[in-house]
Amino acid sequence: MEPVTSAPVSVTINGEVYERDVDARRLLVHFIRDDLMLTGTHIGCDTGNCGACTIHYEGRAIKSCMMLAVQADGASIETIESLAEDGALHPLQQAFSEHHALQCGYCTPGMIMSAKHLLDHNPEPTEGEIRRAIQGNICRCTGYVNIVEAIAAAAKGEVSA
Amino acid sequence: MSSTTTAPERVEAPQKGFAGQSIPRKEDRRLVQGQGVYADDVRRHEMGYVHFVRSPYAHAAITSIDVSKAAALEGVYGTLIGEEVAALTDPFFQLSVPPGSEIKDYALAVGKVRFVGDTVAAVVARTRELARDAAELVEVEYEPLPVVIDPQRALDDGAAVLHEDAGSNLVWEGTFDWGDFDAALAEADRVVRIDRLHFDRFSSTPLETSGAVVEYDRGTGQWTLHANNQFPGFAIIMMGPALRAGMDKLRFVSQDIGGGFGNKICTHPQLVALCLLARKLNRPVQWTEWRTDQHTGNSHGNERVFLDVEVPVKADGTMLGFRCKAIDDAGAYSRYEPLGCIIWAQVTPGLYRWRNVHIDFTQVVTNKSPCGPNRGYSRMQHLWFTERLIDIVAHELELDPVEIRKRNYIRAEEMPYETPNGCVYDSGDYARCLDIALGLVGYDGLEERRKEAESRGKLLGVGIGSTLDSGTNNFGQSQLLNPDLQFSGNNEVATVKLDIFGEVVVTLGTTPQGQSHETTASQVVADLLGVTPDDVQVRAGHDSYWNTHAGFSGTYASQFAVTGLGAVKGATEMLADQIRRLAAVILGADGPEGIELDGGFAKRVDNPEAALPFMACGAIINANNAGLPPELDDVTLNCRYVYRPPFQVPDTERKFGNLTLTYAMQIHVCVLEVDPETGVYEILDYAAVDDCGRRIHPQIVEGQVHGATAHGLGAAMFESFPYDEEGTPLAANFYEYHVPHALDMPPLKTDAIESPSPFTSLGTKGMGEGGGASIHAVCAALQDALRAAGNAIVTDSHNPYHRVWELLENPEASRALVRVEAS
Repeated sequence: MEPVTSAPVSVTINGEVYERDVDARRLLVHFIRDDLMLTGTHIGCDTGNCGACTIHYEGRAIKSCMMLAVQADGASIETIESLAEDGALHPLQQAFSEHHALQCGYCTPGMIMSAKHLLDHNPEPTEGEIRRAIQGNICRCTGYVNIVEAIAAAAKGEVSA
Repeated sequence: MSSTTTAPERVEAPQKGFAGQSIPRKEDRRLVQGQGVYADDVRRHEMGYVHFVRSPYAHAAITSIDVSKAAALEGVYGTLIGEEVAALTDPFFQLSVPPGSEIKDYALAVGKVRFVGDTVAAVVARTRELARDAAELVEVEYEPLPVVIDPQRALDDGAAVLHEDAGSNLVWEGTFDWGDFDAALAEADRVVRIDRLHFDRFSSTPLETSGAVVEYDRGTGQWTLHANNQFPGFAIIMMGPALRAGMDKLRFVSQDIGGGFGNKICTHPQLVALCLLARKLNRPVQWTEWRTDQHTGNSHGNERVFLDVEVPVKADGTMLGFRCKAIDDAGAYSRYEPLGCIIWAQVTPGLYRWRNVHIDFTQVVTNKSPCGPNRGYSRMQHLWFTERLIDIVAHELELDPVEIRKRNYIRAEEMPYETPNGCVYDSGDYARCLDIALGLVGYDGLEERRKEAESRGKLLGVGIGSTLDSGTNNFGQSQLLNPDLQFSGNNEVATVKLDIFGEVVVTLGTTPQGQSHETTASQVVADLLGVTPDDVQVRAGHDSYWNTHAGFSGTYASQFAVTGLGAVKGATEMLADQIRRLAAVILGADGPEGIELDGGFAKRVDNPEAALPFMACGAIINANNAGLPPELDDVTLNCRYVYRPPFQVPDTERKFGNLTLTYAMQIHVCVLEVDPETGVYEILDYAAVDDCGRRIHPQIVEGQVHGATAHGLGAAMFESFPYDEEGTPLAANFYEYHVPHALDMPPLKTDAIESPSPFTSLGTKGMGEGGGASIHAVCAALQDALRAAGNAIVTDSHNPYHRVWELLENPEASRALVRVEAS
């Protein structure tokens, strides 16, 4: 019998159901980016260190380079593309802009997804809790100063409408 | 925690309008939604994915390459090896004089490999995974050769030679001699001698690795490169001759780039390989560098050793100059790198008044990753050296680090100041910035904190890092390296047009990687045209087919606020003049002086009710132009301006001349606490004070200060690219190469003053690199902390905890490197 090298996968991403035959060794992040063309989720390393690929998987913030697409069969996933609604930015997106929490923007989608997970579960985080929540996300531009401020501002609702 | 205040009395140019305000960034709306377009986001029908086969040896002859098994794999589109590259291309142009000029550098290794990660072959396949599989099937036989790792041994008799054509591992050598160093020795009361200082190898490691999608048009013979290269001007100059193609056959396109920091300048070898593959296979090819490949085979910051350092000092602490030998380790190929041999000369005296400098400079190749520009390029190494001299001299002569700086800093009233080698520092007040920085960390109360730390068994240290960010370079400095090079001056381009419906559209020649060019350009345009930044559309990204590509186009070397915005200002003034001339005719005003631009209207000064909306101006010229008088024949409302800074070619004999137009400055102060039992240290307080002249957008400037500080702290504490004795890189990914995470960063306090540049049209200075000030400050703070526990001298730029522990355990080893002698 020939070894199975691909498998059908059905995932719900940002409320949309996607069904594809996927190479069994394809990473979830490559499935999201290359097969579904949702390119907001980025890749910055080969080793699970950088967090640019952070998504929400069954309500948990995970690094989508650390699992295979076939493992995600049946799962519900949210990516950065899900945050803005009807053209209105999510408060975290707004806060990142207002506080200049991004420069090149490459880490930003993953950073915002980690921050959103924090605020979903801890609406009033301390600065230390914010820093811990994003310690798996590398930013090489900002030194994190404005990112921490932006997340704190979003938590307090201090963003313009 | 972070505070920015601007001392108003220093703001000489009154800030009216949008320039000077921290307006919302234009770039953000797409980027926070994941709608940016980076290199890996570009897709083409049936494109093939490229994987490079890389050398596992630091130095080896290639005896055979067999790609047949890889090529036979289903889904593999094709391969490329060095022999084909050598037949189809010419070696890349070398910047150095002999022997460095004799180095033969191709897109893939030809005949031998020279570092772990050197590209040996390329495989193209239907998917990324398949390309990797196929690459494993490429069979390469190597014959290992002896390696050269230590730059100090690279020129030893019997050392293995990397490039036989050059006949030596020497890339370049030269003597820089300004003032009269022997007279300074005679005048001095003391001479401080330091046997060796070492600036370590690291890089800024942008989060987005290098990459491109390359298409080849068989009809026109043109390549389109959707690449995140940050200096297309340089890449095209390197690639055109290599590919035996005209420059116009290489079209560079980018929208968003995920960080660059100089590390994305030298991607031309990989891009040439992609061009050859796209043409050979007649399909678009895609390459995204793996993180491991970026760490092992892209571009490291250069490593520099300073030997036999002599510093003559007067009894009152006046420092008279320095002499040393410097060795730069370029890694395996000297691509951009020979320029590192002279770029430090932009900041020869650092921030100080010493006038007598002698440096014997040598650059060598070793079996390590090639070096290239890295945030603070070449100046950072030199400025670290000058700051180390200040603090070692102060330490050994028991002088106060603040006092010795204030005694030797170039003074505000001496600006503009000509350095010993003819550079002109435009403006600044270093001593004042130092006072502000000291105030931010509560310097006056530090002795009490030191005692309190002692009571807990900890060692408190405070250190100052003064640094310059020289910007808008004069490419004529390349002639100090090689007088035959035909580069000088600098340029950047912008176009500004008024379109049919009254839209103001700006196009830039730059390749921003987070520096907010769209935003700051819109501020300058808005003020000159009397509209708002929201009314100004600045095209995102770069396209060398736009009319805004010039020979030096790109984003590198701290210059946008001068060259980029200088071009924007020039083009906008041309457009404003044309709008006034048009409106004067239409409204019957008395010449263009009789028209003012305000609120999106061209109005008669003597009768503001007579006003022509911009929409009408755009429509008349572009779509309704019958019957216009001949004096408007040259009015296109589409204006292109090339900014050229006022430079002369330097005197290559004396190595004398102005090498950069502006000198931004940062003073950092670091307070840290060392655990003497372990060497572990923690930064308790940190201040950075910036002076980059007039700031168009203070929030963006502060963001650059934060980022440069984080890079410096990473280099000081965590980031290093060590190699073992066989040339194996030991930090090939983000596990071993630890960059600062959110929990690693200390609280940062920032402040700024503005000393407008007298040499730029907006009073701005290029900034963003910060010259590694945090490396200098951490080294100084550690040395201060260790004074009470063995009195070690910090002689390396990189001080992870274990090195601090070594300094605590064996301070004599470092002390043996330093001597004070009577002159």
